[in-house]
Amino acid sequence: MRNAYLDALYELAKNNKNVIALVADIGAIVYDKYREDFPDRFINCGVAESNMITVAAGLASCGKVPFTYTITPFITMRTYEQIRDDVCLHNANVKIVGVGAGLRYSTLGPTHHAIEDIAIMKTLPNMKIISPCDPIESKMATFAMAEIKGPVYFRIGTGGEPRIYDSSYKYQFGKGVVMRGGSDATIIATGGIVYDAIKASEELEKENISTRVINIHTIKPIDKEIIIKSARDTGIIVTVEEHNIEGGFGESVASVILENYNHQVKFKRLGIKDCFCSYYGSHQELKSHFGIGKKDMVREVKNLYKQKIHIGE
Amino acid sequence: MDLESIVKEIRKKVLIMCYHAGGGHVAPSFSCVELLIALYFKILRIDKNNYNNDDRDRFILSKGHASALLYAILAEKGFIDKNILNTFCQKDSILGGHPEKHLVHGVEMSTGSLGHGLSYGAGIALAGKINKKSYRVFALLSDGECQEGSVWEAALFASHHKLDHLIAIVDHNKLQSLDKVDNILTLNPFVEKWQSFGWEVREINGHNMKEIIDVLEKIPFSKNKPSVVIAHTIKGKGVSFMENNPIWHYRIPHTKEEWEIACKELGIDKSEFREVFK
Ligand SMILES: Cc1ncc(C[n+]2csc(CCOP(=O)(O)OP(=O)(O)O)c2C)c(N)n1
Repeated sequence: MRNAYLDALYELAKNNKNVIALVADIGAIVYDKYREDFPDRFINCGVAESNMITVAAGLASCGKVPFTYTITPFITMRTYEQIRDDVCLHNANVKIVGVGAGLRYSTLGPTHHAIEDIAIMKTLPNMKIISPCDPIESKMATFAMAEIKGPVYFRIGTGGEPRIYDSSYKYQFGKGVVMRGGSDATIIATGGIVYDAIKASEELEKENISTRVINIHTIKPIDKEIIIKSARDTGIIVTVEEHNIEGGFGESVASVILENYNHQVKFKRLGIKDCFCSYYGSHQELKSHFGIGKKDMVREVKNLYKQKIHIGE
Repeated sequence: MDLESIVKEIRKKVLIMCYHAGGGHVAPSFSCVELLIALYFKILRIDKNNYNNDDRDRFILSKGHASALLYAILAEKGFIDKNILNTFCQKDSILGGHPEKHLVHGVEMSTGSLGHGLSYGAGIALAGKINKKSYRVFALLSDGECQEGSVWEAALFASHHKLDHLIAIVDHNKLQSLDKVDNILTLNPFVEKWQSFGWEVREINGHNMKEIIDVLEKIPFSKNKPSVVIAHTIKGKGVSFMENNPIWHYRIPHTKEEWEIACKELGIDKSEFREVFK
């Protein structure tokens, strides 16, 4: 996802002289081509993230389009008041790109995990949140983000995420995507974990539970329609996020349903259960350990499905 | 074992740990091996038996990415079992890419995000002053880390409150993660900055054990002032191709040749690896 983002950034910089990349000593070799061709529009601000954000806001006030980039906690949490006051309060055209969504930096531990960022970013007025699920979407969404005037938080993985879409995919800001059809239950996910949701749905199909998978790549503003429709069509919603369930994506989905759909829905949030992920291993191992693996999705859907059938009888 | 042999052993261990982990901050660890060994074996009044004692000295690894080095030393000092070193960053291990206090005995502060250690140290030093304790607080910072504004807030605070039992040690290897510090965001004039913030400064060669011990035995350098030791070091020290080259910030040898050279230069016998590398 990171390289796809950078490919798009390169093209944006080529076509718009106002695009400027700011990093905080992260992004090594991946920026090489960009740096070579646009040396004046690449600033490594050093290990000083808060300053980077407000400098970006200042640049934006002069018509520049800054794309700021570093590891997620450092760009969203250390800088939070700068983002609130200098970027969001000014509705400044600053793009905030956090690399290493969720547990992506698994072995680097809790200081490098990003499981609170959605919660704190979604509560900022003027902020939009994009969370692509694969490299293709990451690239397309980068172009879309450039079209938006104002703050955007872009939540990406690192590298090596599997491709889900093919190149014919058309990204539409604010519109959820049905990744797999299904009529018995729906899994609604965001980010790289959409891939696991698709795998879970495939497995559920073998057990004759037809499970729809929805990719919400725009967390804010969220696509209400696709969520309400899935609640209506399937009666079961399981949300999955690589994030703390407290304040997370699942809560956003739940609010949409509660406020807009007056019928019974079986609902379950899967996410990190309000703990720091002080545990090591690969990214996949961490997801399983913290209850957001494919198996967990399968289990939850089955549980709710049993309940639904039971009530139906 | 004499200190020089410990230094050698620890460098080997760090590389072997990172080999088993499949990654790690080798070069950032190698620049501060001598500094940590001098601290743990000569200076710090800490051992595994007094660790719960409030009078112990404190050591904070503010550049938490050198965790492999800290674990290797904690194992050497008996805080943790040597047998777990090679589980570094693997499934079910307690040894992560940054140290976590609640997981690893002997870790004073969970670090990983740069620019926190000196403030935390200042807090411990202030508590010591209020409680009339005589412990000292040492924080190891990296030079790129000193670009964080929070480091300078801590520096102001410590000198204002005359925390002369707080000692910052800067691993001044002149590199950060993408490039030379001076090419990214210079700290110069570095010594004068610390002085003007009210700190007493000493500069040493951070790979010379005698210089390190000599200087740390003299703290506080000046009554009522916090002390900072600027240790000139070489990032990646000990493996020729890693030295002074930023690409090695977060990387282990990849090719067979790289492994051969690294093992030869560090004196590693390949039987020490769990499996022979390809
Ligand atoms: C607040 C924060 N920003 C960014 C990082 C990512 N990071 C880890 S090490 C490093 C820079 C390494 O340079 P330096 O601080 O000089 O350490 P050393 O050269 O000793 O490894 C960066 C940017 C971090 N850990 N914390």
